Amino acid sequence: MRDSKRLRSKTFLFAVVAVLSNVLGNFALSQGMRHFGSVLSVSVLSFLSVLANIWVVSGILLLVIWMLSQLSLLSWADLSYVLPITSASYVLAAILGAVALGEYVSPVHWIGIAMIFLGVMVVSRTTPRTVPVRATERSE
Amino acid sequence: MKWLLVGLIVACNTVGDVLNTHGMKQHGEVCDFGPSGIRRLLRALARNRYIIGGIAASAVSFFALLALLSIANLSFAVPATAASYLLETALAKFILKEQITWKRWAGASLVACGVALLAFH
Repeated sequence: MRDSKRLRSKTFLFAVVAVLSNVLGNFALSQGMRHFGSVLSVSVLSFLSVLANIWVVSGILLLVIWMLSQLSLLSWADLSYVLPITSASYVLAAILGAVALGEYVSPVHWIGIAMIFLGVMVVSRTTPRTVPVRATERSE
Repeated sequence: MKWLLVGLIVACNTVGDVLNTHGMKQHGEVCDFGPSGIRRLLRALARNRYIIGGIAASAVSFFALLALLSIANLSFAVPATAASYLLETALAKFILKEQITWKRWAGASLVACGVALLAFH
């Protein structure tokens, strides 16, 4: 299986991109929304001003990258592999919250985060793909 | 009402992921990540009915989560997503025919328990 090493590193790279873009995208969106108290007002103008916010724009862009990298991962790897692996975003989000935002993370939460991390480690030791998949993209 | 939304979130999230996975497997491995490759990918995805259904289901799940967060707090909403890890692993086995080894089950269970623990303070 000469292919499996290539598959592993490609999967690892895309999982890192998916996790980073997910966490940073949500972070940027929540930063952007914090500037606007109640966003659910009826005014079109206030809605547009939310969209013009640099945090919101970069958050949406990052979430588009997340969606595309997640779909790409699913094009060659198992759902039962991708799903637990990308839950590493909970771990990163908690660390980011604690370190960058100074949020309090309770001991129970740290135990939960450790369990998620352990789950990611266990699943990452399985082979990413157990179903047959087309090797190349269908041409137009 | 709360539990109705929880059920809707889990169901749509699960259905969306299974449809997206099936659609992407049908599309084939994505290899070209240049600008033209991504454009071609987007065009192919917009025509794939599984992907359209999958993204629609994910969107319903997302808005149901927003609705749930407006009537309940995060610590109630989080365990809902925990259940979907095990449900999706089961569906990956029976519908997508993936080989779920004990390591996959163990990992998915650890993640599900870990996410459920985030509900407690």
